[in-house]
Amino acid sequence: MVWDYIVNNTAKCIELTLEHIFIVGMACSLAIVIGVPIGVAITRNKSLASKVLNTANIFMTTPSIALFGIMIPILAPFGYGLGKVPAIIALILYSQLPIIRNTYVAIKNVPPELVDAGRGLGMTSWQRLKEIEIPLAVPVIIAGLRTAAVMSIGIAAIAAYIGAGGLGVLIQQGIGRSYEPMILTGAVLVSVLAIFVDGFMAGLESLVTPKGLKVGRRLRHG
Amino acid sequence: MITYENVTKIFGSGPDAVTALRDVSFEIAQGNLVIFLGPSGCGKTTLLRMTNRLLAITRGKIIVDGKDIMNVDQVKLRQTMGYAIQQIGLFPNKTIADNIATVPKLLGWKKQDIQKRVDELLSMVQLEPSAFRDRYPAELSGGQQQRIGVARCLAANPDILLMDEPFGAIDPINREEIQNEFLRLQRKLKKTIAFVTHDIHEAIKMGDKIAIFSEGRLEQYDYPETILAQPKNQYIADFVGADRALKVLGLIHVEEVMDRNPQNVVQGKTTAQEALSLLEGNDFRHLVVLKKGKAIGYVHKRHLREEHAPVQDLAVPYPVRVDADMALKDVMSFMLMHDMRVLAVMDEDGNFAGTIAYDHIQKRILAMYSGEDQDSTGTNPS
Repeated sequence: MVWDYIVNNTAKCIELTLEHIFIVGMACSLAIVIGVPIGVAITRNKSLASKVLNTANIFMTTPSIALFGIMIPILAPFGYGLGKVPAIIALILYSQLPIIRNTYVAIKNVPPELVDAGRGLGMTSWQRLKEIEIPLAVPVIIAGLRTAAVMSIGIAAIAAYIGAGGLGVLIQQGIGRSYEPMILTGAVLVSVLAIFVDGFMAGLESLVTPKGLKVGRRLRHG
Repeated sequence: MITYENVTKIFGSGPDAVTALRDVSFEIAQGNLVIFLGPSGCGKTTLLRMTNRLLAITRGKIIVDGKDIMNVDQVKLRQTMGYAIQQIGLFPNKTIADNIATVPKLLGWKKQDIQKRVDELLSMVQLEPSAFRDRYPAELSGGQQQRIGVARCLAANPDILLMDEPFGAIDPINREEIQNEFLRLQRKLKKTIAFVTHDIHEAIKMGDKIAIFSEGRLEQYDYPETILAQPKNQYIADFVGADRALKVLGLIHVEEVMDRNPQNVVQGKTTAQEALSLLEGNDFRHLVVLKKGKAIGYVHKRHLREEHAPVQDLAVPYPVRVDADMALKDVMSFMLMHDMRVLAVMDEDGNFAGTIAYDHIQKRILAMYSGEDQDSTGTNPS
């Protein structure tokens, strides 16, 4: 019956899917731009690191419907209480923890002897970051982004309740009309999108892994 | 040249302060390889890391080529010194060529110059450039990685190298080989090197001079033979080991103690009876038999009694070949294995150059340990 619904409402399904992708894509892109530099910055300052990670943790553990709700009074004075803007902001906040944490952990896990060799050979802190620490951390950072993206696809479905649009609309309206095929279609499309993005990010992860690391893995595991 | 003046390092402050180095003063001469030796926690690595300002100096001064290092930008200072560590620290995301090129790239060398230098260094450390240039560290064995680590620290041709147990992570057989290669290289390059190790054998083998540390203090700074022959105190004597006389044998070469004009020599044509009377008349036990300038063997009394042939037909060949540049340690080992107290020494062309006797070795060791032979203990082994 999901299939029948999609066949009869193809245009609508495509439109909502694209809208969903737009919300999540926008949120994730901005989340990287914000989260990765924060993750890198806190590797240089231990006390700041725990504060930032704790804050990110609070956002992550807030129920999504509550976070969307909080957005309304905060953004209403600027005219953005409802719609895509609060949804994207909320998704950015959700995505911060996996992105910041993975960036932070990945850079912290660069073997100390590499950092020492870099320093001893006369690399500045910035050069070490650019030449060694970031390239080695990128696969783990992308893994964080993968978690964030898949999670955001699910959470974005709920954003339909604050008028953001996307595949959540099918679910929300389906519930309102007690029309099962519509609810199921929304749910299935969200799942398919999540599975597809997860696979895509897995490919990206392997693409950005430095060749020297892949070679090492291959040798170690036969 | 590196000069340490009353260098002190204190980690932490207040009641938790730990003094890692106390008032250390000495000098590393231009072109010398100086070993920083001692057990872990003695301060040797701390001093090395202070030399390129990886660690701050608490008190005192380090002067490199006439300049107080505190007046030199720390990044520039490090780029002028090679740096190699036990864990090697090759960058796994970079190819071998890029790893070696680290410092030349930081210094902004031209691309062609860098490529040329990389190939030159690979050949220098006995790795085929075309086979290794584009590979990654993970594809190399430990020994090969260690060689790349050495090549990387030599890349920008620094005058000074700081090496923290650079050969510590490889198996003993490969270590021996890479040590020999490095010594050969150093004879050509004449770098000024600070070399940290806790291995007394490596120290004796590699060092022009050895600085022995204990609990942050410099206990003795001297030539390896002097440290073995005249350890300044009980701590050093214990550290260099009860077998230090045997270790000295590794440092002295046959040519330094051999008898170049031995009397117990006969030409091959001499008859057995003439040789016998020579042996008995001079109270010799051993005669070297020569033929055309080469030692073809030896004869003892028991070989000559009742014999009339020329000694060249009776000579027993020496069981081993001894060269003038061999270490006494090896010769001593031959003597023990083959139950011989005298062996013939050959020069580079294989001609007879003299004899080396157990008595020569013993006399030399006795002289060193009774302090009668101070002049020779003060000479530089390299």
